This record gives sequence, structure tokens and C-alpha cells, in this order.
Amino acid sequence: MSDSLYGPLHDVAEDAGYADPPARAGFFTDTSVCIGCKACEVACKEWNAIPDDGFALTGMSYDNTGQLGASTWRHVAFIEQSRPREVGDGDGGTRWLMASDVCKHCTHAACLDVCPTGALFRTEFATVVVQQDVCNGCAYCVSACPYGVIDRREGDGRAWKCTMCYDRIGDGMEPACAKACPTDSIQYGPLDELRERARARLDELHAEGVAEARLYGEDENDGVGGDGAFFLLLDEPETYGLPPDPVVTTRDLPAMWKWAGGAAAALAGCVAVSFLGRR
Amino acid sequence: MAECHPVGFQWVMEAKARGAKVFHVDPRFTRTSAVAHRHLPIRAGSDIVLLGALVNHVLSGGHDFREYVLNYTNAASIVGEDFRDTEDLDGLFSGYDAEKREYDPTSWAYQNGDAQAAAGARDEAKTDDDRSHEHGPGATFEATPSQTGHAPRRDETLEHPRCVYQILKRHFARYTPELVEEMCGIGPERFAELADAIVANSGRDRTTAFVYSVGWTQHTVGAQYIRTAAILQLLLGNIGRPGGGILALRGHASIQGSTDIPTLFNLLPGYLPMPYAHEHEDLDTYLERAAGDTGFWGNKRAYMVSLLKAWWGDAATADNDFCFDYLPRLTGDHGTYHTVLDQIAGKVKGYFLMGENPAVGSAGGRLQRQGLAATEWLVVRDLNLIESAEFWRNSPEIAAGETSPEQIATEVFFLPAAAHTEKDGTFTNTQRLLQWHHKALDPPGDARSDLWFIYHLGLRVRERLAGSTDRNDRPIQELTWDYPVEGPHDDPSAEAVLAEINGYDGDGRPLSGFTALKDDGSTSSGCWIYSGCYTGGVNQTARRRPGPEQSWVAPEWGWAWPANRRILYNRASADPEGRPWSERKAYVWWDGEQWTGHDVPDFEKTKPPSYEPPEGATAQDAIAGTDPFIMQTDGKAWLFVPKGLVDGPLPAHYEPQESPVANPLYAQQDNPARQLYPRRGNRYHPAGSTVYPYAFTTYRLTEHHTAGGMSRFLPYLSELQPEMFCEVSPALAAERGLTNGGWATIVTARTAIEARVLVTERMSPLRIQGRTVHQVGLPYHWGTSGVVRGDSANDLLPIVLDANTHIQESKAATCDIRPGRRPQGAALGALVRRYRRQAGIPED
Amino acid sequence: MPKRGGERSMVPRAEFGSYYGRPVLKRPRWQAPHLPGYLYFGGLSGAAAAMAAMADATGRGRLSLTGRVTAATAAAAGSALLIAELGRPERFLNMLRVFKPTSPMSVGSWVLATHGGLTGLSAASGVTGIAPWLGRAAGAGAALTGPVLATYTGVLMADTAVPAWHEGYRHLPLLFAGSALASAGAVGMAAVPRGQAGPARRMALLGAGLELAAAGTLEKGAGMREQAELISEPYRTGRAGTLLRLGRGLTAAGAAGTLVAGRSRTAAVVSGLALTGGALCTRFGVFYAGLASAEDPKYTVVPQRARRATGA
Ligand SMILES: Nc1nc2c(c(=O)[nH]1)N[C@H]1C(S)=C(S)[C@@H](COP(=O)(O)OP(=O)(O)OC[C@H]3O[C@@H](n4cnc5c(=O)[nH]c(N)nc54)[C@H](O)[C@@H]3O)O[C@H]1N2
Ligand SMILES: Nc1nc2c(c(=O)[nH]1)N[C@H]1C(S)=C(S)[C@@H](COP(=O)(O)OP(=O)(O)OC[C@H]3O[C@@H](n4cnc5c(=O)[nH]c(N)nc54)[C@H](O)[C@@H]3O)O[C@H]1N2
Ligand code: SF4
Ligand code: SF4
Ligand code: SF4
Ligand code: SF4
Ligand code: SF4
Ligand SMILES: [Mo]
Repeated sequence: MSDSLYGPLHDVAEDAGYADPPARAGFFTDTSVCIGCKACEVACKEWNAIPDDGFALTGMSYDNTGQLGASTWRHVAFIEQSRPREVGDGDGGTRWLMASDVCKHCTHAACLDVCPTGALFRTEFATVVVQQDVCNGCAYCVSACPYGVIDRREGDGRAWKCTMCYDRIGDGMEPACAKACPTDSIQYGPLDELRERARARLDELHAEGVAEARLYGEDENDGVGGDGAFFLLLDEPETYGLPPDPVVTTRDLPAMWKWAGGAAAALAGCVAVSFLGRR
Repeated sequence: MAECHPVGFQWVMEAKARGAKVFHVDPRFTRTSAVAHRHLPIRAGSDIVLLGALVNHVLSGGHDFREYVLNYTNAASIVGEDFRDTEDLDGLFSGYDAEKREYDPTSWAYQNGDAQAAAGARDEAKTDDDRSHEHGPGATFEATPSQTGHAPRRDETLEHPRCVYQILKRHFARYTPELVEEMCGIGPERFAELADAIVANSGRDRTTAFVYSVGWTQHTVGAQYIRTAAILQLLLGNIGRPGGGILALRGHASIQGSTDIPTLFNLLPGYLPMPYAHEHEDLDTYLERAAGDTGFWGNKRAYMVSLLKAWWGDAATADNDFCFDYLPRLTGDHGTYHTVLDQIAGKVKGYFLMGENPAVGSAGGRLQRQGLAATEWLVVRDLNLIESAEFWRNSPEIAAGETSPEQIATEVFFLPAAAHTEKDGTFTNTQRLLQWHHKALDPPGDARSDLWFIYHLGLRVRERLAGSTDRNDRPIQELTWDYPVEGPHDDPSAEAVLAEINGYDGDGRPLSGFTALKDDGSTSSGCWIYSGCYTGGVNQTARRRPGPEQSWVAPEWGWAWPANRRILYNRASADPEGRPWSERKAYVWWDGEQWTGHDVPDFEKTKPPSYEPPEGATAQDAIAGTDPFIMQTDGKAWLFVPKGLVDGPLPAHYEPQESPVANPLYAQQDNPARQLYPRRGNRYHPAGSTVYPYAFTTYRLTEHHTAGGMSRFLPYLSELQPEMFCEVSPALAAERGLTNGGWATIVTARTAIEARVLVTERMSPLRIQGRTVHQVGLPYHWGTSGVVRGDSANDLLPIVLDANTHIQESKAATCDIRPGRRPQGAALGALVRRYRRQAGIPED
Repeated sequence: MPKRGGERSMVPRAEFGSYYGRPVLKRPRWQAPHLPGYLYFGGLSGAAAAMAAMADATGRGRLSLTGRVTAATAAAAGSALLIAELGRPERFLNMLRVFKPTSPMSVGSWVLATHGGLTGLSAASGVTGIAPWLGRAAGAGAALTGPVLATYTGVLMADTAVPAWHEGYRHLPLLFAGSALASAGAVGMAAVPRGQAGPARRMALLGAGLELAAAGTLEKGAGMREQAELISEPYRTGRAGTLLRLGRGLTAAGAAGTLVAGRSRTAAVVSGLALTGGALCTRFGVFYAGLASAEDPKYTVVPQRARRATGA
């Protein structure tokens, strides 16, 4: 295991100790072609036998799932936007953005870094997976993830999230969500290829005048060393509920230990000082 | 389309990526609009105005594809002198009988030429059935025997005042962009953008496709919606060519299959009409009425006799008219809505419901349940315990205290059905593609396939009748009913059924296709258009060669009827001489000796473009080498329909039965031939009612399926849309005090329902006739059973049907909407009555 | 809206966008009273162990015994709370399956396990009088693990994506150190006769001072790297703000009382309780500040936008 906590990594799986690992697997989710059909959500649930997530209308457009969580590993966001319209002007400026969110399989995954049991591990595909027979439900990963992805399932007590269909990709199959996506909004493949494809798609959209199109999580110089699952967005990340500039929390871990060390020394010092004197 | 056909929509997305421009015309901004180039919000029920204005734009601007129009359509045909248009009669065509509310189409005929309809109203007959009057033309005119050989008079200059082209021009002249703005709420700039795009993208080099589904069909003028699109597409030369067409996106898996081999009361397999109960009708007279003698329907005897041979085998002989008398006869409209009203009238003792949930899925939900409750016994075969099987204990009427389980005497038999994954069989999709599905696992518990059920039920009935000497039992006693069975439950072989449908020759060998069918009883086929699906004893429908391993037409994926042809009437993709209209759009062509190309040509392989039919020729021999529409008696596509439609030869805009506005075009407000059922429980709102001031439309959500039997019982789908809701614009929300996430009550003369509110900019108020018209959107998936439950939109709708198709008008009606939940118990009825009184609608 | 024509093209937007106001981060699954209780007991145990060892070394028998028993009991109580927080308590031992330096909880578990064992031994020895050398040795060991146990919890909280906790990574260990000192001092001076309790009172005073100072800087956001005003807001507002203010009052009062506790046992007990209350309030306050900062997306989004805009 490398001790690099931050910055770009040449080969994530190799860095995690795999000799000669397969190409890093990833997702490119192109939200500009998402039709919000939620086939990805359902396919994920079917394949992974995830329980339902409750039956409540949120009033948030067509999104009644709300967010990623222990029982929702793909989540389709629906964002309604509009500018003032004139009658007869058709839909005026109405936009309905849809985006299928998923665990980012970060290059520097905070969830994995902080997991005390080793339940979270890096696979040979450089993805991040929870071993359900090891997880003791400490929920540290929940607070560590800068994207708010992983969560503990109440009643079950363990943490759950997308496995990038570890059990499928190992057999050469596409993840269930990508397989089900009718418009290829979710593209699965070697991350390098996906990044290239994404940049080409971005250029295409820019050429078409879609200036607001941007890639998210594709840059390996970002705060998590780049995402294994990255996105093409049509608005600011926070519009979709994504953090604009996430940083893996363990980037600051050395500094934290230093301050804690100082504090421990201070504590010890104070105790010692207190015992100076007779009474 | 993205909502309801997401998998098919991938091709729209692909076309878009390849440069296609996508317009979406829909009252609501949907998931489809979200990825379309342009969304045009339209007032529900006004599409004929929009399409008519496009037709007018093409005609008045001279944008039609003249060579195509002249040669391949009936534009040049001259219509008889007696014909009067809606222009002359203020919204009516000639031949209307106001008392019977029916048309006599005689005056629509061509001048000194006759035509027979290839589809639609054919072998129908008046009966003295008491019902025929209240609803209009469910049962209509006596078809006149066809007089073939009289080619209609034509004017190739298209200048004759009574030629179809000129009639069209006059008829559509009033459909202007201004009218579109006034009636549809679509401004002139947006209209111009649409019109220009369509025109620019049609012609030799390019084609435009129209895609529709039930947003167009569920109207009292549904068939005429499609007709208007057909006229437009024909004028632009977009039919029978790659990238063109009018694509009907169908509903349930294999709903196409269930019209081909129909579950419809008035059709036999392969679109042969079901015989009516005429006195002394024999096979000959039936065939005379069934379809024309020229064009491929000229072989109708071979199709019919082969069908009768498939059904009655050796018992069917030339001497006994091939058992034609064994077929049941129709006495009028036996459509689902009519039958429900008959149930209420006590005329229906028992009822089978197989794969249908009318208690939720059919308009007039209260009447539907009342009808079911009036039967003595009811068999429901379904995957789940749906409302139609549970209405006797959990219907809204029971909740409201109007009835109780004790008062409902119906004996309900619920028989669990096997799902498609649990049985072999085919799906026929919207593209006429038959695709075989293999059984993946055994059905659970007592669940059995529908094939198993029907087959074994048939065997038991036959056992009971084995000793009978009653003549009436002969059709059942002699029926071919001997499929091989397999497995512990004696499951009949679905492949054997497919082979029977394909048909056999006299030696028992599978037929190669429908052209091999004979009218002498030496061949059999369960459905002539499907003949060829089992050619060579091989299940052609099970072919799954991947796309990249074959041509772009992909002929080896499944099997398309007829003859594995992927585009119908594809002769029209070549010019009259048989040359492709352009390189870019080359599809099939005449190579000097025969027709060839990417697809199976929809033409006799060796009939040259120069072929002229001899005098008195019949069937395909009567079709010239330049006539692509080979099912038509004249080989032409019909811009003007002299026969076959019950509500007029041309589309005219009529308002929905319940409309917020008056029809500015004609004094005639609604389709004069629509099927009306005014009665207790089915009262209609007057047009422009201020008590029910809002328009509403009903539709589907991607997350649910129709009446919910396949989605509301599944947690994974239910959680995605857990509650019944309504969609309203912010303006309407402000007007009525509705809040996002809150509750609303929607009221009609039939009942009131409650729904959670989504306030959304995706609903746009429209300016219609100078005033604001608000539209309320209602998904119709909820009912009283299942994982998630809610009120049912169909309870709000009245029963009023399209004249041609008997489809309910569920896409446009009026209502009031108010904040808060609906009253419970008796107070609900009181609220509805109060509204009715206020609107001056009689209770009984 | 972004300003136009300014020198910087990327002026951060005044308002911020969000997805229906939903949090970007997950609400921590840790709960009260478990987590804040664990923080308190861990701190108490750590400081008490150090106090006991020093008392041993300086021959203060009563204080040593009190320290040992307190350290052992608090470690046990803390462990119990920690285990109770697990989704799968029966798998607690999986914590000791690996040793992961990148996981403060892993490090902490090993520290807690070691510390718990050592304090247990030394307390058992102290109470029973068996193997006193072993007790002393264990106690000495616990004096080393104690300060780590008392302060690593600052890293535990800070090594999360929760803005208030993460950005408080400098403050939290010191705050917890101070609070631990005060808590152990409070127990010492309340439980031990005045004569032997001098060091305990001094620990309490020093601790209280440290706690007050650290809490003060934390609440102000002093020393935070970015958007200090905003990120520290949860420490000043809401439930956390109230608790922290209350804690500060109690701690100050306890400290004041400590000044006279050398003369009155009652004063010692009362000030001990006040200091304990202050320490608890501080822990709960820090806990709730984290929840608040995870639940409102502005704490996540606004600083990140600013960071991105300035290219920092
Ligand atoms: N997910 C899902 N898919 C389905 C189904 C399902 O229930 N769920 N059902 C299947 C079945 S049975 C069918 S028939 C098809 C139906 O497929 P669609 O026809 O696509 O289904 P709908 O949602 O009923 O209606 C389509 C649209 O018509 C619009 N509309 C209403 N009135 C008008 C009008 O006057 N003019 C125009 N231009 N538009 C109008 C509605 O706003 C709606 O968006 O879908 C099939 N696919
Ligand atoms: N207001 C309004 N009403 C409408 C419409 C609308 O747009 N608006 N659309 C109309 C349309 S297009 C349609 S198609 C109808 C649909 O209305 P229905 O057909 O009444 O509704 P479904 O829920 O599709 O019912 C099909 C049932 O078949 C069961 N099933 C599935 N597979 C099998 C099988 O293999 N065997 C058997 N025996 N059962 C099976 C399912 O569990 C389900 O309960 O609704 C119509 N009603
Ligand atoms: S997104 Fe969150 S859960 Fe997924 S790998 Fe990154 S830190 Fe872990
Ligand atoms: S909850 Fe499970 S996966 Fe998450 S950090 Fe704890 S042990 Fe690891
Ligand atoms: S990759 Fe697999 S586990 Fe992850 S979201 Fe997709 S279907 Fe679910
Ligand atoms: S399956 Fe694809 S198109 Fe459908 S919601 Fe998911 S990402 Fe979007
Ligand atoms: S449900 Fe079936 S038929 Fe409908 S879109 Fe999905 S795959 Fe196609
Ligand atoms: Mo349908």
C-alpha cells in the first residue's frame, strides 16, 4: 500500500498492491442524454437485491428517491429550471435536467481510508467495495465520504454502496445500471478511454453552443485524485447535489496527527505541571 | 416517447446524435421534451388544427412532393358530384343522418369508380339491436358490393375542382397559423419553425418521421388525428421510405400481436373482418363485402379458407363452405365499453378478464366496477390480485358507503397467470416484428400460462360436449384442438401453435409465405399475414443475429410480417420507373429484371414498373407497376377516403366531448359520429363550463405500467412514484391555492378524486381564444390494491368513444381542482352532486 | 450572480445553488449520547490515567487509586458506548482485524484496547492490592496511552468530510485535551480528600483554561483555513451554540469554584460537577455542530465554490 493520501496516482490498483492489475474500470455518466427513466436505479436494485427505500412522495419533481444511500446505489436527480416565458413561445426556457448519480470510486477514497476494519477495500479494477462480512457498522465511512454516498442501512447495521458490480465486471459483464441504460448515458469501460470519450463529447457540445456543459470528477488533479465515476454536467455541480470541489479528508491527516500529538503532549505536560508542588 | 418507450427512444437519441431535429408536441413538458430540440406545448385535443395547418402550409406553399403525390396517392382522383365538404355544411360532410347520428358514405365515392376499404368499416351491418341508436355508428352501413374494373376518373393536372388535391386545398385552407395560435396555443414563430423543418427535411433526399401513441388515439377524433398525419406524410412523400413513416408506438408487449391475431371483437386474424349476422350470409357474400377484389385483398378467399382450414381441419370442405357457418356472428358493437354497459343492464352473466384491469384502467371507473359487480361470475387471470379481482371488497364505492361486499353477489375466481418469462411465445412489436421469448423459469405455484388455461378449458368443454348431437355444438366438437403437450402440467407447445399460424400445405409441410395460400382448401394458415414465420419448419421468430453481423436493415433479427418485410409499401422508396428517389434514400429498386434492395421489396418481385393491368384484372394483377400501395383497391394511398371511415372522408377539427372552448371552425362542436352514452353515472360537462373550467389529460409515468397490476405490486417501481399526484402550473396553483407537495381534489360530474400536487413550470398555461386555459395533468396508474395505493384518474372520466376505433377519450376532458383532500364517505357524493347542480347537469 | 467586467472573471456567487436544499453530505450516523459520551469518557480515562501515574510517582495513594479506578471505569464506559454505536456490535473485534494508520478509528481502537487493558490491570491491582508492581507498570503504560486516547478523538472527528469538524482539526485535539484535563481534575478533586487533591485542582484549572481558550477560537473560527466565519457558524448557532455557551459558563464557574475548592469539599464537589457538566456540554456541542454543518448544504458548497473560484 502506498502512503500517498492525495494527488494524482499513476495506477491506483498497483498503488493498492496489485501486481499487474487490469485497466482501471470506470463510469462516464453523460447527463446530457439522460432521459430520467430510472432503469439504472431499478436494474441496480434487481441485480444487487437491495431492499426498497420507502414509499414517500417528496415533491421534488420526479425524484422520490432523494439521494444515494444504503439502499439506493444509483440515484437519478431531476432538476426543473425555467426562465420567464412568453405565451406561445413554446416552452420558453424550461430545462429539465436529469442525472444519474453513483459512488465516485475515488482515486483517494476517504471511505476506504478511514474504514477501521478493512471492510472497504480497493479491488483489482481500482474500484472501492465494502466486504459485507467484515463491516461492523462503525459508520466512519459515512461521515468521511465527501460526496455523501455511502450510508449505513438501519436494521441491517452495515454500510452499503455501489460495488461497480464487482461480481459482474469480474466476469467480463457490464454493470447492471450501464447495461440497462437505454441512451448510453451511463458508459462503462476502461477509465482512460472514457476520459477521452468524455472530452470529445464535451467538445461536441461546446461546438453545438452548449457552453454550460462541463466535466465533473474527470480531473486527476482534483481533491480526490479524480473519480473512477465521473460525469458530464449541464450546470454547476451543486445544482445536482454534488460538492463543487470535494477534497479527500485524509489529505489533512498528517497535519491532524501533528496537532493531536501536540495536544497529547500538552495534556501530558499539564498533568506533569500539576504535580509540581507539594499539595 | 422517452417516458413510455425508453428503450425505443434510444434510436431517437441516436438519430439526434446524427443530426436529426426532434420536435415534441405535448401538452406537458415531459422527459421527451427534456431532450428534444423543441417542445411545443399544445392544448390537449387540438392536434388536427396543428396538423391541418401543416397540410395547408405544404399545399398552399407548393411544398408537396409532386411526383410522389401524383403517382402514388389518389390526389388526382375525382370525387363524385354529390360530395359536400365541411366547408359547405358547417362542419358536417354530406350523408349525415342527424337522428341516427351516422354517416352514409355513398356521396364520398369517386366519380364513376368504386373503391373498397382495405381496413376500417367493412363488413358491418345494421341490426335491430336496440343499442345502436344511443351511441352512434358502432354498427353502420351496408357495404355496397365492390364494382372493380372501374378505375376512378383522374385529372393528372390536379386542377379539376373535384379532384382530391383541390378538395384538400379547399378543406384545409382555414387551418392557418393564426388558427393554430388561437386553438392550440402555439405561436406563429414556433409554428413556422416546425413547418419549415418538416418541409426542409422531406423530399428526394430526406425524410421526416412522425411518432405517436395514445396522445393521438384516445380522442373522439383519434383515427382522424392519424389520418391528418398520413395526409401530410403522403404529400411530403414520407411513406414507404427509410426514415419516414408514421410510427405508432404500441402499448402492452404484443398489443400489435393482439390486433394481428386479434382480441378485438370485430376482426379475425390478419384483419379479415368478423362476419355480421346478416341473414343467409354465406362465404361468397361475406367475401364480397370483406374487402375489394383488386389489390392483394383480392386473394381474400385464399386467406379466409386457409384460416377456416386451420380451425376446422378435415371437417372444412368446399361442400360445407369450409365451415364458414361455424364462425360466430356479430350483432353490433361488442367492444369493451359497450359490454360493460350491458353488464350494468344485466345482460352479461359471466366474464373472463385475462390480462386486463378495467376497474382501474378503463374510463368511467365507477361504471367499470359497477359492471363487474353486476355479473354472476367473473374469472380473473392475472399475475397479481388486482382491483378487478378485489373490487368487491375494496372499491372506492365501498369506502364511500355506496355498496358493500354483502351486496355484491359476483362469484370471483382468481386464477394466477404465468408471466411472459415463465412461458414460451412471441411478442409482436410495433414494427410488426415477431420475437420469440423462451421460458426462463417455471411459473410459481398454481400459476399457469394463458395457453395452458385456454387449451385445457377447451379440452374440458369438449369432453362435456362429446356425446352431444346438437348442431350448435359441432363447431366445438370439430375444432382442431390437438396440440402436443409437455411437462408435468401438460403444457401445450407454443411452437406448435406458431407452426399452425404459419400454416401447412396439402402435404403437411410448413408454408413458405402467404403467397402460397390457396383458396381450394389445400392449405391452412391461422393468420395469413404471419405465414412465413415458420418457413422450412424453423422458428424464424427466434432468430437473434446481432446487428453488427448483418445489414443495417437487420433482416435476421426476429421475423416481421408480412414476408419478413421491415418497411411496408417500400415500393414507394423508388420513383415510378423504379429508380431510388436519391442515393441517400435508396431502399428497394428495380434492377431491370426484378425488384431488389436492402429490404424484402413490398411488390411482386418481377412485376416491372411498366406493367399496366389488363381490363378486368383482379387481385395483384390489377395493380400497376407504379402503384406501391398494393393492399388498396387502386394501389394508391388515400388522401381522401371514399370508404372505410365512419366519421368523414377527411379529418376536420372537432373539440373533445368536454372542452373549455367552442369550436371556432364550424358550428359543429364535436365529432358528429362519436359514440355517446349519456346516462346516470356518465354525465358529460357542457363545453366552456365555468364549473369545470380546467382541461385535464391523463397519461403514464415511466415508473408505472398502465393500471398498475405490473408495477404497483412491485416495491422497486412503487418507491419511484409512490403516490397519485397531479401536475399543475404555478399560475394555476396560485389561482386555486395549491401548494407543491400538498393535496388537491379534482372534481368532475362523475366523481372526485384526491392527489398530491406537483407545481411545475413544465405545465404551461396556454392562451386559447384570447383567454388563459389551464391544463391539469393526471397519471392514471393508481387504485386500491398493491404496495402503493391511491385514487384512480379513470374514475373522473366519462365514457365517450372514437367513432372508428371505439377508443375512449381519455386524453382531454374538463374538471375543477381545489386544494385539500377529498371528502370521505357520503360527503364525497354530496360534493359531486353539488358541482353537478351548479353546472346544471341532470342527475339521472 | 457573477459580477461582470470585474478583474476576476470568477467572482463567487453570492447565493448558492443546491438540490432542493438537500445536504450534500450524509448526516453522520453517530448518535448522542453515544459519541459525545465516548468523547467524554475517553478524555476522562486518558487524563485520569496520566493523573494516576503521576500520583503514583509522587506517592499520592488516594489520588492514584481514584485515578486508576476512574481511568478503568471510564475506558470501560467509553468502550461500551463505542460498541453500542456500531451497527453490528457483535463484530466489534473486527476493529482489531487490521491496523490502519489512515484510519483514526483504527488507531483509536488499538489505543483504546491497549489503554483499556492497562487501566483495567492497574485498577484491579490498585483495588485488590495484588501484584502492585504490575499495577504500577500498567499505570505507567496507561499514562502514555492516556493522552493519546484523550486527544486522538479530535482527529477522529476532524478526519471526516463534515466541514465544522474537518476544519476544526487544529482546535479539536486541544479542546479535548483541555476538557479531558478538566474532567479528570474534577473527579480527582471531588473524590479525593482536599489534602491530596492539589494536583487534581491544578489539572482542572489548567484544563478549564485550555478548554475555554480552544472553544473560544473554535467558535470564532480563528485559525481555520477557509471561510472561517461560515464554517465556524454551527459552533455559534443552534443547539450546538447553546450547548457550547452553557459549557463555557459551567467550565468557567467550575474553574472559579476550583480556586476555593482547596478549602471546601463541598466547593470541590460542586466545582467538579460544574467542570464535568462543562466538559459534557462541550462534547455534545461539538457533536451537534457537526450534524448541523453536514445537514445544511451551504457549509459544504459555499467554501468549496470559493476555493474553486480562487483556484486555491
Ligand atoms: N413506462 C410505461 N411505458 C408504457 C406504458 C406504461 O404504462 N408505462 N404503457 C404502454 C401502453 S399500454 C401504451 S398504449 C403506450 C402509450 O404511450 P404514450 O402514448 O406515450 O403514453 P401516454 O403517457 O398515455 O400519452 C402520451 C402523451 O400524450 C400527451 N397528450 C395528451 N393529450 C394530447 C393531445 O391531445 N395531443 C398531443 N399531442 N399529446 C397529448 C400526454 O401529455 C402524454 O405525455 O405506452 C406503453 N409503454
Ligand atoms: N385515463 C386513461 N385510461 C387509459 C389510458 C390512458 O392513457 N388514460 N390508456 C389505455 C391504454 S392504452 C391501455 S393499454 C389500458 C391498459 O389497461 P389494462 O390492460 O386494463 O391494464 P394493465 O394494468 O396493463 O393490465 C394488464 C394486466 O395483465 C396482467 N398480466 C401481465 N402478463 C400477463 C399474462 O401473461 N397473462 C395474464 N393473464 N395476465 C397478465 C398484469 O398483471 C396486469 O394486471 O389502459 C387504458 N386506459
Ligand atoms: S464517493 Fe464516497 S463512498 Fe464512493 S469511493 Fe469516494 S469516498 Fe468512497
Ligand atoms: S461502517 Fe463498515 S465499511 Fe464503513 S468504515 Fe465502518 S467498518 Fe468500514
Ligand atoms: S455499478 Fe452495479 S452496484 Fe453500482 S450502481 Fe451500477 S448496478 Fe448498482
Ligand atoms: S438508465 Fe440511463 S437514461 Fe435512464 S435514468 Fe439512468 S442514466 Fe438516465
Ligand atoms: S418495458 Fe419492455 S417494452 Fe417497455 S421500454 Fe422497457 S424493454 Fe421496452
Ligand atoms: Mo395501451
